[in-house]
Amino acid sequence: MTDLKAFSLEVRTWLEDNCPDEMRQPITSDKDICWGGREWEFQSTAQKVWMHLMAEKGWTVPTWPVEYGGAGLSRAEEMVIKKEMKRIGARSPLDSFGIWMLGPALLKFGTEDQKKEHLPPVARGEIRWCQGYSEPAAGSDLASLATKCEDMGDHFVVNGQKVWTSYADKADWIFCLVRTDNTGKKHHGISFVLFDMKTDGVEPKPIKLISGRSPFCETFFKDVRVEKKNLVGVQDKGWDVAKYLLTHEREMIGGQHEVAGSLTRPLHELAATVLGLDDGKLSDTILRSKIAETEIDEWAFSMTLTRKLAEAKAGSSLGADSSMLKYYGTELNKRKYELMMDATGHDGLEWESDRSSDGKLARTWLRTKGNSIEGGTSEVQLNIISKHILQLPGA
Amino acid sequence: MGLVLNEDESLLQDAAEGFFADKAPIKELRNLRDNRDEIGFSQALWKEMAEMGFTGVLVEEEYGGVDMGFMASGIIAEQMGRNLSASPFLSTSILAATAIREGGSDDQKSNWLPKIASGDAIIALALDERAKHNPDNITTTAERSGNGFRLNGSKAMVVDGHVADAFIVAAKTGSQEDGTEVTSLFLVDPNTNGISTERTIMLDSRNSARVDFNEVEISGDALIGNIDDGEHILRKVLNAGRAAVSAELLGAGSQAFESTVAYIKERKQFGKIIGEFQALQHRASHLYSEIENARSAVMAALTALDKNDDNSEGICAMTKAKLGSVAKLASQEGVQMHGGVGMTDEYDIGLFMKRIRVLQELFGDASYHMNKVALSNEY
Ligand SMILES: Cc1cc2nc3c(=O)[nH]c(=O)nc-3n(C[C@H](O)[C@H](O)[C@H](O)COP(=O)(O)OP(=O)(O)OC[C@H]3O[C@@H](n4cnc5c(N)ncnc54)[C@H](O)[C@@H]3O)c2cc1C
Repeated sequence: MTDLKAFSLEVRTWLEDNCPDEMRQPITSDKDICWGGREWEFQSTAQKVWMHLMAEKGWTVPTWPVEYGGAGLSRAEEMVIKKEMKRIGARSPLDSFGIWMLGPALLKFGTEDQKKEHLPPVARGEIRWCQGYSEPAAGSDLASLATKCEDMGDHFVVNGQKVWTSYADKADWIFCLVRTDNTGKKHHGISFVLFDMKTDGVEPKPIKLISGRSPFCETFFKDVRVEKKNLVGVQDKGWDVAKYLLTHEREMIGGQHEVAGSLTRPLHELAATVLGLDDGKLSDTILRSKIAETEIDEWAFSMTLTRKLAEAKAGSSLGADSSMLKYYGTELNKRKYELMMDATGHDGLEWESDRSSDGKLARTWLRTKGNSIEGGTSEVQLNIISKHILQLPGA
Repeated sequence: MGLVLNEDESLLQDAAEGFFADKAPIKELRNLRDNRDEIGFSQALWKEMAEMGFTGVLVEEEYGGVDMGFMASGIIAEQMGRNLSASPFLSTSILAATAIREGGSDDQKSNWLPKIASGDAIIALALDERAKHNPDNITTTAERSGNGFRLNGSKAMVVDGHVADAFIVAAKTGSQEDGTEVTSLFLVDPNTNGISTERTIMLDSRNSARVDFNEVEISGDALIGNIDDGEHILRKVLNAGRAAVSAELLGAGSQAFESTVAYIKERKQFGKIIGEFQALQHRASHLYSEIENARSAVMAALTALDKNDDNSEGICAMTKAKLGSVAKLASQEGVQMHGGVGMTDEYDIGLFMKRIRVLQELFGDASYHMNKVALSNEY
């Protein structure tokens, strides 16, 4: 406890001294989010400096061991850093699928060589990863995936198609679920492999979304050569790696609105500015109750995130509770954006104007609809809670 | 961190869990109800709670208490909620203990706190007056009369008022220059002339009272704290009360939920265990998520009180709003998923629904607190 206090003071001072002013401003466009990678073009010197300074401290991945680019901190210490960053409005120095998903999976299932090769470049923002899980016929029923992976003795060859691969066109490497055996039950025979997106035969094609943007792709594989050393975990038993990775992805998605929330104004403030007050109360009294209810739920949920992380050990997974966080956090975020659209009325409908930063709110509102689909739908999360937490039959 | 129990708190939780399940299970509430018990709770249980240190959980050691703080008081309340245990814990050990501790004179403290701790006194808060909780609009008055005061007015929903050895009465004592009314708190003997008390048995088989004050003369030393300064004591009392009621709601809601999940794992229809139906699974899983959030809110509120957080009032308001909604959902879903047996007196789920209904209302329902939260955030 007192140790944490001392640590939080240390963090506060360091952030004050090192976080560039520009990096303390609210995010206004997608480009303000730093994803790193070979092709990454920094938006500003400040963005570059900020990422490098944080990476040097190991604070882009605070709970990872020092030898893989982290700072070897506990979950509680990581929360202190997040809290202190939030206090000054500091932007995240680096966001990536490598940090949220691949890293935890490699830390648990990777060989020493794999950790040494792949983790430090993630921590330093040098390699950007994408996730090759979903296929046209394998969405919620992920384990029915069919992308074929043949064992050629000294290497593998992959053929097939993935879909909804976020940022496949921008990523350097992919962690991919493939089928190495189709003779047994569907959960058997899946393997977890890594390969460079520049390998011959890999072709991502962007898909345009309702927000007008194209953050994800169809990804085709034709005779793609994968080195044997890039198999993570046991061949045919990749489902264990895949599921474990998903608990981290879900925890991240569930907690995401917390971070995003800190960058936007509170809902009630936005509503008060647009709609005005009547005798000290928001003029639309029905909307007022919905906002109060949602803000109370947000607060309670943020307490749950804090509580669950405090209960968990460094580097460990929250298990099936990550499904609860994912389900509740994303549904809550959707509710919040619906209310923002209600509050901003006609203004919130503008799609192309400087006034609206090119429809930022409208596009974000549309994007939130994907929160309860990506990483496993809300219904799937409820199935997981039913099965693993409530232990209901047949779930 | 505060949101995770420490070792002492875990030990207390185990002790309270065993104690209430053993000494005051739901069966006991049924006995009290079916035998039309004269007071509505077991005096013997109250004495045993004193021996466990529960009654004096908020009383300082110099007055015979164990002074374990609000988190501890919430842990006890939660277990009472799980077992629907009837006792004057809320009225006496939470509300009265907080009022006297925060505002009492030395005499009041040494007269009453040891008796609270030893289980020898029951003290009831006489605050609300009408159908809904409304502490900002008290109409009971206390006028100066000689060296003392004269009380006039009516109180309702005075929890444990039918057996109280003393009332803590909130009354208007005047107005400030800007016209806002000011309140004071008084410790009043229920046997004083002019007081009439009607026991009101509520739907949860628990008791409160309607209390009328008609030209009641009380002495000057009945005042708790300073004259016209009742509001700041009352705030602390209400924060403590809202957190404790929320903790009891958490216990009752969690138990209703767990019993329901157990039931849907047993009952068969269409040749299947009904818990196999996804419609029920998803509703149960949603409820699980809500109860997790409710637990976090309760722990945050109790921690805020223990730390004397500046925003305790706001946090307790958010918590009471959240718990009111979540426990209500737990009891509604519980009855529905039980089907016909959920409507019978034989099954316990209905008893949970009743207790939760009362606790929802006590010290402000979800609408009251949502409004309060909105106002404190200036919207
Ligand atoms: C923004 C976004 C980003 C994404 N990024 C990636 C990525 O980077 N990599 C990747 O691999 N994938 C990604 N995905 C894909 C995502 O994981 C899938 O879309 C998701 O798992 C759902 O699969 P589906 O689209 O095939 O829907 P379906 O599985 O066809 O679901 C359709 C509907 O049926 C419901 N349903 C299905 N099964 C059940 C069931 N058993 N019980 C109850 N209801 C059920 C679903 O809940 C849903 O409402 C992304 C998706 C989105 C929206």
